[in-house]
Amino acid sequence: MLLDETTLPYYARGAAILGAGGGGSTRSGLLAALQAVQELGPVEVVSLDDVPDDALILPTAGLGSPDITLEKIGNPQQGVWLRDAMERELGRPAYAWMAAEVGGNNALKPVVWAAHTGLPLVDADGMGRAYPEVQMISMHLHGVPATPTVLVDERGHHVVFRDMDAQWLERTARALSVAFGGFSVTVDHSLDGATARTATVRGSVSRAVRIGEILSDTSLGDTVDRLAPLGGHVLVTGKIAEVNRRTVGGFARGNVLVDGVAGDRDRLVRVEIQNENLAVLEEGEVLASVPDVITALDSQTGEVIFTEELRYGQRVTLVALPAPDMWRTEAGLALVGPRAFDYDFDYIPVEELVARRKESVS
Amino acid sequence: MTSADLRIGIDVGGTNTDAVVLDGSKEPVARTKVPTTLDITGGINHALREVLSAPAVRAERIGHVMVGTTHATNAVLQRRGLRRVAAIRIGAPSSTCIRPMFGWPDDLHRVISAGGRIVAGGMELDGGEIVPFDADAVARFCGEVAGTAEAVAVTSVFAPVSPAHEQLAAEVIQRELGDIPISLSHEVGSLGLLERENATILNAALGRVAANIIEAIEEALDAHDLGHAVPFFAQNDGTLMSLAFTERTPVLTIGSGPANSLRGAAFLSGQENALVADVGGTSTDIGALMTSFPRESAFGVEVGGVRTNFRMPDLVSIAIGGGTVVREGDRGAALVGPDSVGYQLDRDALVFGGDVATLSDAAVAAGRAEMGGAPPPAHAGDLLGAALAEADRQMADAIDRIKVTRGDLPLIAVGGGSVLIPDRVPGVTEVIRPAHYDVANAIGAAIGTVSGQIDRIYAVGYGERSRAKAVETARQAAIDNAVSAGADAGAVKIVEIDEIPLAYLREPAVRLRVKAAGPLSKV
Repeated sequence: MLLDETTLPYYARGAAILGAGGGGSTRSGLLAALQAVQELGPVEVVSLDDVPDDALILPTAGLGSPDITLEKIGNPQQGVWLRDAMERELGRPAYAWMAAEVGGNNALKPVVWAAHTGLPLVDADGMGRAYPEVQMISMHLHGVPATPTVLVDERGHHVVFRDMDAQWLERTARALSVAFGGFSVTVDHSLDGATARTATVRGSVSRAVRIGEILSDTSLGDTVDRLAPLGGHVLVTGKIAEVNRRTVGGFARGNVLVDGVAGDRDRLVRVEIQNENLAVLEEGEVLASVPDVITALDSQTGEVIFTEELRYGQRVTLVALPAPDMWRTEAGLALVGPRAFDYDFDYIPVEELVARRKESVS
Repeated sequence: MTSADLRIGIDVGGTNTDAVVLDGSKEPVARTKVPTTLDITGGINHALREVLSAPAVRAERIGHVMVGTTHATNAVLQRRGLRRVAAIRIGAPSSTCIRPMFGWPDDLHRVISAGGRIVAGGMELDGGEIVPFDADAVARFCGEVAGTAEAVAVTSVFAPVSPAHEQLAAEVIQRELGDIPISLSHEVGSLGLLERENATILNAALGRVAANIIEAIEEALDAHDLGHAVPFFAQNDGTLMSLAFTERTPVLTIGSGPANSLRGAAFLSGQENALVADVGGTSTDIGALMTSFPRESAFGVEVGGVRTNFRMPDLVSIAIGGGTVVREGDRGAALVGPDSVGYQLDRDALVFGGDVATLSDAAVAAGRAEMGGAPPPAHAGDLLGAALAEADRQMADAIDRIKVTRGDLPLIAVGGGSVLIPDRVPGVTEVIRPAHYDVANAIGAAIGTVSGQIDRIYAVGYGERSRAKAVETARQAAIDNAVSAGADAGAVKIVEIDEIPLAYLREPAVRLRVKAAGPLSKV
């Protein structure tokens, strides 16, 4: 598969949906990726099946304040610096890039890096969606060490972190990022092809493209029909009746009430938010929760509404997509399940919850 | 000699050009509604002629003329009369992954672009340099575009924090290209590099359009013996700017029409916090008043296919107007619009003896309005009733969308088509129908206050005192801006202050958006 001027808009759309309300708008990331492939040619997306066992894969993401990226939109050379530093550190050539996080704007950076380094992108990522905390990544779940990590600013300054766990890395890398002016880019949890086949969420890039394609194709019927082949479900169609937001420890927390309209009249649904949409509840019952992907779409345009854009009166369609299997295991849920976010209930897959609800209604 | 105690407000809309004359106590003493002409100035001259012929109005008594115009909007939409702009971004190495004007519609890009260049420089959020400014690169680029560029737009990273590099660039450009018009981004937009850059480039491109409007207005004033009157232009936050300001930031006139309606509605009704529905011939704009000013949109606004971030009234627009065409659909359902007979309502509508069923006919049939002479035919009754119900539903829906919290608010109904709005609307405490509702936009322009705004980031350290000092600095800067734009220094007030703390920085910082506004200073 190629990421080019045709497929990139789908990829960005799918990435926005997999952001689960977080991960940041993909608008400027898409423009950067489009310009990169226009100037340097399409980016090849390779299946992990075709990656040699010992090939070096570089997972990459941004680190810092989203307020900064409003102004500092990034420098494509950062990809080259990241690769060079990582190759020097490990003493072997890089084979491919990987998005650490396929949800939101972090999905687009590796496309720019790939175009500028001539390397492909693997069809995988570390989350299959967006998550707020560093340890919530598949490589961590599978024991891939976080370091060596390279952090690069826009000037080409770079710092290598060695022998640190994810928590120390988070602490020191964030401090350095601030010192460099508020935003940097990193490669961490680098891994080889053989490890990647088990330690990553496979098929993430092609899934994002497919989600974007399907949700952009108006010939496929309404949102409910279009979500079916993706295993997705519409939780409720309604109007935002209340937005409660506060900032706690650097994370935006709060909840949003959605009043059902049309066929969902008389339903009142609550969405719990911590940067991402984490759970949907109705009369004390859970309709969906992390790690399943919960996204609010504008009912008219189908555009993703990110959590920071939610406002009273918006017409929204709340949708849920199943999480990658990896997160539905016991170990996965311990890391990213409802209890990991301090909710007092156990995870039940969204398809099961939907089926139960249908039963009780009929 | 009598004192110049009257003021004229003119609003150029898509269909009509409205004009009012207000006396010293802001009472309307003359008003008119004439068709907008293709060249726009024809309609303005016509409207001026009409209001000046009113018995109470004499040209020498006119002190100010306030104009709200769609010239700039139309120029961008029609890609006409635009200058070729050289775009300089001071943003290497932090902001190089998207070039200036990338992703613009091809036709607009072709007309406007005289080339773009990203040079080294830009600021950090805390006001320090990311890297030093590269003056030589700007000089070289000027050499390349000399002869083709008709204006230059300069956008520096974090210019809203510190415009220092933009000001240095302006000096270089003046040295290299003489008196070429220069737009600097910190004077045009707020945070968001690409959107601010787009707005700045559009602003530079509109320079000639601005010069032409100003010349046309000055000529029109001379032609009507109003050479002594001081003209002002309406901007998209519902306040006025002087000719000198308009020349520098013509892009701020885009969206001034709805802003004028909102301001006029506030003035005519005496309401400070309310919803406003401006119903025209083809569409309805619904907005909200906060302390008598239009609430601004929190998101970027597209102009001619280009994303910008300048402040625009927050609006919900629907295709419901007095001339909206009504048809019968499947199984007797009523189809409402989106097409409209527009200004031909008094020829085509059933109540005027025409053969097109419109929402005005529905309003007459329901007893909400009286117009025309012919009663709508009885056989159309069911259709018209169903159409009005559908229009009411859409209207109620749109009114609910503009709210930011639950709870009922008054609704001020203005515009020529506002008879469509029923007396009871869900979520609305009361529907207020002020006198002169149909020229609220021209009145909004005429009552104009002058504003000054700042949108800056301040490092505030860790003490309450330094935060308070930042707020005071920002308030004073906004007041100074308002006074330099023509406001009465003795009567300027802060009308809006918005403080946003910024996270993940070396030291605490806040983004402060402050707006000051006041009446025009005496001439």
